[in-house]
Amino acid sequence: MRISGAKMVTESLKEEGVDVVFGYPGGAIMNVYDEIYKQSFFQHILTRHEQAAIHAAEGYAKSTGKVGVAIVTSGPGFTNAVTGLADAYMDSVPMVVISGQVPTAIIGTDGFQEIDAVGISRPCTKHNYLVNNINDLPRIIKEAFHIAATGRPGPVHIDIPKDITAEVANFEYPKEVDIPTYKPTVNYNKRQLKKAMDAIAKSKKPLLYVGGGAILSNCAYEIREFAKIANIPVVETLMARGVMGDDNELFVGMLGMHGEFAANMATYDTDCIVSLGARFDDRVTGRLDEFAKKAKVIHVDIDPTSIDKLVHTNFPIVGDLKVTVEGMIEAAKNMKFNDYTNWVSLLKDYREKEPLRYQDSDAVIKPQWVIERVGQTLGDKAIISTDVGQHQMWTAQFYPFSFPRQWNTSGGLGTMGFGLPGAMGVARGNPDKISINFTGDGSILMNIQELMTCVEYELPVINIILNNNYLGMVRQWQTLFYENRLSETDLSAQPDFKKLVEAFGGNGYRVSSKKEFDEALKDAVEKKKPAMIDVIVARDEIVLPMVPNGHALNEMTLLGDNNE
Amino acid sequence: MNNFNHYYDSETTRQVISVIVINEHNVLSRIVGLFSARGYNIDSLTVAPISGTQYSRMTIVTTGSKRVIDQIVKQLNKLIPVLKVNEHQNVIEKETVLIKIPIDQPLSDIEVIARAYNGHIQNVTTDAIVISATDAPSRIANFTNIMNKYKPLEVVRSGVVAMER
Repeated sequence: MRISGAKMVTESLKEEGVDVVFGYPGGAIMNVYDEIYKQSFFQHILTRHEQAAIHAAEGYAKSTGKVGVAIVTSGPGFTNAVTGLADAYMDSVPMVVISGQVPTAIIGTDGFQEIDAVGISRPCTKHNYLVNNINDLPRIIKEAFHIAATGRPGPVHIDIPKDITAEVANFEYPKEVDIPTYKPTVNYNKRQLKKAMDAIAKSKKPLLYVGGGAILSNCAYEIREFAKIANIPVVETLMARGVMGDDNELFVGMLGMHGEFAANMATYDTDCIVSLGARFDDRVTGRLDEFAKKAKVIHVDIDPTSIDKLVHTNFPIVGDLKVTVEGMIEAAKNMKFNDYTNWVSLLKDYREKEPLRYQDSDAVIKPQWVIERVGQTLGDKAIISTDVGQHQMWTAQFYPFSFPRQWNTSGGLGTMGFGLPGAMGVARGNPDKISINFTGDGSILMNIQELMTCVEYELPVINIILNNNYLGMVRQWQTLFYENRLSETDLSAQPDFKKLVEAFGGNGYRVSSKKEFDEALKDAVEKKKPAMIDVIVARDEIVLPMVPNGHALNEMTLLGDNNE
Repeated sequence: MNNFNHYYDSETTRQVISVIVINEHNVLSRIVGLFSARGYNIDSLTVAPISGTQYSRMTIVTTGSKRVIDQIVKQLNKLIPVLKVNEHQNVIEKETVLIKIPIDQPLSDIEVIARAYNGHIQNVTTDAIVISATDAPSRIANFTNIMNKYKPLEVVRSGVVAMER
């Protein structure tokens, strides 16, 4: 079959089973958009900014486990997409991003809307391609989907010059991928696993430290099972929220800078820490030389570069996490572990003595209350996205997560503006769930134009603004570490968010009492339309507990300390 | 038990690494970009195709602590177009230098010194002579230093190539 390069793109997406593409057209990608117009295999969602197209594809990929796809044009279209690519790279999101490029003959001449796209995307993608020859195009697309979804997942970028999309050539979509230089290790080393298991069995206070890799590798339920068989307590990173389910008896909480007291103390006390798809990020470890310093370290990761990068590992295991945890379960069935009952109940005591809490108030809405309330009302009926800042940490702390992929946030890069488009992707991928986006009055304005996309495509995202008239997290640091010099964090100048969402055609609410909030949430859920609930919350609330920068995990500022 | 990153000896060592890569668009910038993005050091880099194959060999000389060298090797391996990374322990290293010296310098002295470093005169014009030498990198460094006293017009070093003994 002889077809154009543009048609090869749509045909290849069809072959890959893609059912939605997020994107924005432009000069260099017009041939592809012409083919998108003619086809009926997948839906194209026109976002209002290229950054949002990438975040939407991320939200779709994170919540469904499928590869997200976005298409943008050359030059500014592509540079707008870069923040999204960097975000997806940091959080290992499987994604394919296609960009248009100026015609081959123009490349390198500073042509209109030309930029060295592969040069820019190189450090923020797992791999990238510039298509020089139309005959390579089907193979490249096949490889891109394979690379994005296998090994440690990540975004792959394909830059296609306009003349290549116009040219005609023979098309046959490859059945198999053969990249001699790319063979991710799936199967763990059995002897190494045996040694690690023996170390766990001999330890007195083992701890599973679970990261986002557990979600990516779809092994949350296997981890629950292993923890149960061996009776080992579990802490989760921000990216792993939902792996254990918050009502699980062995769940100790989220660890790290804003982690729970019990989780951080567990990490401090443990004599054998088992990292499952986590990478010892600085927001997790606090002061590195104090992190889990009494413990032997077992580290399971599909990416060998994560092992020994920051912390010396006694038992490194490279392999797919699901396959490895299944191996651990098998081994555990025939093993005798120490009795960890005392250790488990010690951590339970820690949790009871120092739970996550806040001083509730009837005079003013506390942001934590809003999150708890949504949790009580919607629970597992909702998939929760957030932007970045205080509201993000409070959501991670106070929302009762119960299943994997219920949590969609920008963890590694910390991108303000992720929430609304991310939740849009969630809504598209999960029509049977309610897509909630907790956001701040700072974050929401960074991609507010996507309300239009939500309205146009009937994606009923409910945005809940925890509005404190501040760039809250920066203000928190200014208060604690800069003698309260609030440099450029006062956001008192604000739009009328209610009118704003109404202008886009969605439902708007502005609430300043608990009763009003309950009514607004009920109404928003019932109406099933894009909505924004502007919640006026306590201005000066700070996120606690907190491990100040450069401190160890056991040196937390707790709620009581702050009031003294 | 101490899991701190200073577990490793922080002493820096020199390491010769060879990297076999697929000949494709962008591959050199991928390798170099990895070094610059992560703050690793490149002392020398040479590249040439491996004849009869779709691959090229890069020889990279770098310095860093054991932890850094470990990461360099792992990060290189992680790049999609990289087939193989060798951390050489026992290698023959060679480097070539070309030095252009004004014709009014004492040529017989220069030729004697060049010969001591496996070098010889490559070209002579009315203005200058060009001498070349191929030897172990440390000896080439010495040779270049000595030649400085003859007011060289231009010095070009090739970078290191290496082969396991």
